[in-house]
Formats: sequence, C-alpha cells, structure tokens
Amino acid sequence: MEHLSLDIAQLLAGALVLVSFMLLYQDRLQGLINIFALHAFVLTLSVAWQAYIQHAPHLYVTAGIALIFKALVIPISLRTIIKRLRIHRTVEMIGGVGVTMLIGIFLTALSLVVMLPATASADPLAREDIAFALAIVLLGLLMMVTRRNAVSQIIGFMSLENGLILAAAGANGMPLVVEISVAFSVLIAFIIIGVFLFRIRERFDTVDLYHLDRVRGERN
Amino acid sequence: MSSNLLLISNALVSVPAAAACVLAFQTDYRRSAQINLAASGVTFLFALTLLLTGPENGTYLFVDDLNIVFIILSTFVGFTTSIFSASYIGHEIDTGKLTSANVRFYHAMYQALMCSMNLALLAANIGLMWVAVEIATLSTVLMVGLYRTPHALEAAWKYFILGSVGIALALFGTILVYMGAQPVLGEGYDGMVWTSLMQHASQFNPRMLNVAFVFLMLGYGTKVGLAPMHAWLPDAHAEGPTPISAVLSGLLLNVALHAVLRFKMLLAANAAAITPGPLMITLGLASLIFAAFMLYRRDDIKRLFAYSSIEHMGIIAFAFGVGGPLANFAGLMHMAMHSLTKSAIFFAVGHIAQVKGTQKIADIRGLTESHPALGWGLVAGVVAIVGLPPLGVFMSEFLVVSSTFAQQPLLAIPLVFGLLVAFGAILLRLIGMAFGEATESKESAVKASLVPLYAHLALVLLAGLYLPPHLVAWFQNVARLLG
Repeated sequence: MEHLSLDIAQLLAGALVLVSFMLLYQDRLQGLINIFALHAFVLTLSVAWQAYIQHAPHLYVTAGIALIFKALVIPISLRTIIKRLRIHRTVEMIGGVGVTMLIGIFLTALSLVVMLPATASADPLAREDIAFALAIVLLGLLMMVTRRNAVSQIIGFMSLENGLILAAAGANGMPLVVEISVAFSVLIAFIIIGVFLFRIRERFDTVDLYHLDRVRGERN
Repeated sequence: MSSNLLLISNALVSVPAAAACVLAFQTDYRRSAQINLAASGVTFLFALTLLLTGPENGTYLFVDDLNIVFIILSTFVGFTTSIFSASYIGHEIDTGKLTSANVRFYHAMYQALMCSMNLALLAANIGLMWVAVEIATLSTVLMVGLYRTPHALEAAWKYFILGSVGIALALFGTILVYMGAQPVLGEGYDGMVWTSLMQHASQFNPRMLNVAFVFLMLGYGTKVGLAPMHAWLPDAHAEGPTPISAVLSGLLLNVALHAVLRFKMLLAANAAAITPGPLMITLGLASLIFAAFMLYRRDDIKRLFAYSSIEHMGIIAFAFGVGGPLANFAGLMHMAMHSLTKSAIFFAVGHIAQVKGTQKIADIRGLTESHPALGWGLVAGVVAIVGLPPLGVFMSEFLVVSSTFAQQPLLAIPLVFGLLVAFGAILLRLIGMAFGEATESKESAVKASLVPLYAHLALVLLAGLYLPPHLVAWFQNVARLLG
C-alpha cells in the first residue's frame, strides 16, 4: 500500500511535468489555455492525493482552490479576454520548437540531478515531488522567456506557480497559511494582469510584447 | 513587557493598514495627503518606541536588534517621503497629469506598501515574510503604472513579470528551508519560525540549505536589484511617480536585502553548509561594475540615479558578503546612508523634473542659477552619493574598502575600480545639470517642500562628521549578529 501510494503520487507529479512540456510547444492561444486547464486539473489530483496519503485535510482546500480557480475560472476568463481582444485565433511564433524542447529536457534532468542528492535524507515522497516541482518551475520560466505574447507569459507564470504548490503540498505538514496565500496571490496576480491587459489593449491595440519592446529604454 | 511590545509591532502594521482603508475612500486629495502624512508620522513614532522596549518575541511578529535598524530607517524615510509626496502630488494634480481618482488610489497603495514592508521586516515566520514581500511588490507595481503612459505600463509590466519570477524562486527556497528543517523540528508551524530555525540550524540537512539559499538569493536578490536580475529597476524608477522612486530605492530594496541577510545568518549557523559570502560578493561586484559603466550612457535623470541605486546595493551586498564585524558594520552603515541620500536626491529630482517639465538630462542646465535651493540640494546630494568627504557615504564607503583590504585585499581592486568609474560618471552629468547657462524652465516656481531634502542631507552630513557612541555600539552589536 505504501508503495502504491508513492507510485501514484509520482505518476501525478510526472504527468504535471509532461503537461508542462505540452505548454512549451503549443502555439495557439486557445489551445494553450486548454492545456493550462489540464495542467491545473492534474495539479488538483496531485494535491488531493497528497492530502489523502498525508491525512492532511487542509490540503483538500488547496486542491479545491486549484480546481475552481485555476482549472475553471481562470481559463474561462482568459478565453473571454482573448476573444474580446480578438486574438483567439492567433498563431504565435515560437522560435525553434526543437531547441526549446531540448532545453526543457535539459532543465528537467538538471532539476533531478540537483534535487535528488540534496534531499537524500528526506522522506522519499517529498523527495520526488520536490524534484518534479523544480522541473515544472524551470519549465514555466523557460516558457516565459520564449514567449512574446502577454497571455502566454501569464500562462507560463501560472504553470510555474502550480509547480510551487506541488512543492508546498509535498512538504509534509507545511502550514496552511502559505498554501492559501499562494493560491490567493495567484488570484490577485491574475486580476492585476487582467487590468493590465485591458489597459495595454487600450493603448497599443495589441498584447504582443514585441510592440511593448519598441517603447523600451530611453526616450529619444 | 511582552504585551507592550506586541502592541507596538502590531501598531507598526495596523496603523498603515487602517490608513490604507481610510484613504481608499477619501476623495479630496489635500485631505488624503494629510492623512497619509499623519499615518506615516504616527508609524515612525511607534517605531521609535521600539528603541525603549528592546527585543521580544511574538507568535507572528518579532523584534530583534537587526530589524529595529531596518524598521526605524524604513518608517523615517516613509515619513519624510510622505511630506515630499504631498507637494509633488499637489503639483501633478494642478498640471492635470494625475486625476484625483489616481491620487486616491496612489495614497491607499502608499500606505499598503508601508504596511507590507513593516510586516516583512517584523515577520517571525519565513512564510509570512514571503507573503509580505509579495504584497509590497504588487502594490509598487500598481503605483509604477500610475501615469498610464505606454512607458509607465511597460515599466510596470516588466517589473511585475521579473518581480513575480523573483518572488516565485524565493518561495521555492522557502519551501526547501522548511523541508530541511522538518526532520529536526517536526511538522507544522515551528519549521518556519525564525527563532526556532536559528536555534536548530546546525542540525539541518546542509545540502538542502545550500540549494535553498541559491533560490532565496536569486529570488530576493531580484528584488534587491542585483545584476543580472536588475532589469526592472531602472524602468520602474524612471516611469513611476518620483515619491515611489524614493521609496523603492530607499526602502523596498532594503526590505529584500533584510530577507537575504536573515537567510545568510541561517546558513552561517550551520557549519556544513556553504558559506553564502562568495555568492553575495560575486553578485555585488557584478552589480557595482555593471551599473558603474551603465551610468555613462544615461540621458534620463531618474534612470541615472536608478542605476546608481543598483551600484550601491551592489556595494552593500558585497560588504555583507565579505562578512566579519567590520565589513558588516560598514554594510549596515552604507545601507542607512544610501537610503537617506538616495531618497533626498529623488526628492530634489522630482521637483526639478516638475520645474523643467522634462526628465532628459540634456534639457536640464544651470539649475543652481535658476533654482538655487533645488539645484544646490541636488549638488549636495550627488556629492554625498559619489562618496566625497565629509559626508556619511564617504565614511561608509571608506569602511567597506578598508575592511575589504584587511580581509581580502585582491577583492578591493575591482571594488575601488567600480567606485571610481561611477564617481566620474555621476559627476560628469551633475556638472552639466547644475552649472552653466540656465535652460528655459517650464515653471518659475514650484511649491517645493525642501524640508525632507535638507533634513536627509543634514543627517548624512552629521553621520559623516560625528557618530554618537551609542549608535556605533548598537551597529557593532548588529554586525556581530550577522556573523
């Protein structure tokens, strides 16, 4: 039983890494949002499983927040936003999918190499989780770096936060304060970004950060 | 005694929080500027009473010798900035750059920022500290975007993205610290409380702490503005309202630095963990030298001083990285001097940009002739920040250099080199702006409040000439704590 619960936890965490890879190469905004919803859903399952095996009922709350806000509310509102901005059919240019994927694989390997020896003495369950969580965080960062579109950057950031929640859930008995605050800060962050998006839309008629880059730097 | 102190530390958080709520509903901008000022003043007074009560522990908040220094500095600059802010915002309203709705929002966010910074400094728990730093980031993001121009929005967006990534990395580090502590301290709240962490740090898994520190250093280091994670800082300083530039440079960078220092102390308490010094020295030197060269290419006055902030945060991080009682003392001293001087400079720059109607250095000439009070204020501030005697920054920089010579002479070479490069760059710009034939001013007289500017400069001068022995003893004590 012990072994099985560990396997399932690993399976879910691994699945989350896999979905992070799917986010990397998806070039349609609509598709990206759908995959993010899937990401959040897998996170929900993973956190709920942690709650079950750790007998930590407060983690169910975290799982619930992930399900409701991240898998439902956020994807739906993002979809409305991109429709309103008329960018829902946009195909984004991502330079070199192959290279990006290779870097992604490298980052995943790196996080395993870094985390597994460092956590050798920790609980095996937390150990695997934290290694996968680091991989998800790094993949989220990679996605933010490779994308120019504001919406994809937001999704990259949120997938990164999902990795953090996986890590927090895996750390046995980490106080509730932090998890809730993480979830809420994501919500706050989302609202703020939403506000920003509308203003950016007002001013530039685009949410492509490439256009923002043109006004960068010193004024001439 | 204990309940007494908790009252004060609670007040430090709740006064600004209450003020933020009141200000959110206050439509008259004159009234709200007064409330802002009063709230900042009361918070500062509460901070001063900490001097009498001394260290204590609470469940969520705690006060020790280290954070008293930060709290007093932070509430003082917060208070003087609110005086400057009142006259600055008044002018922005008169010229129609900001509407009263903007200003209502601005004042509420100002107090929210003060609240979150005090919370971050007082937090007894690494999770709570993280939350407070995150709130501080979010509130400054909103203020940086206040002018709604494309530049301001881009600056806010960049700050938001880089700040969030930094915050995310810091959270990962925080989780790792908890995981490292958990086998020793058990599950639950204890594993995140500073006092219990510090007590048992020697038994934690050192490899876990090592990895955690790298994340914490990069995460909170982004907020300190260390190169190469500094990209948000010049934009945020240049495009936001000037009082926010003053608060960012003078306070928020220090708050992030305080977090780094706490974790540095944690690692120092574990003999098997890496020494955090070299990482801080590297980032510090990189920031110093990079910013020193970047100073030559600036043509925007606020951007110029933003790069100077990167330079000085680099020096401070370097000093704490070198470590030892003397270098830590120098680092603390330099941090205090930089906060006071840099915010004074921004007070001057804010009004200068208003009278000249531009932030472009090339269009600002002959300030000492056209606006003697502001012009000479800027000259004094710049003379202080480049580290000329007899002002306080000279003394603290001298201490940094001499303590480096004493411990690691080779490192003093790049340090002095960076200082000299920055010195030349800033003076070069200053001469053009302050002297020569005056350019046309947009407005002959701005109702400038010069009190905060000259008060800060007087303090910096005083610190350069004479440090009260009590203060020296206190800073030495804190320096020893830092290890």
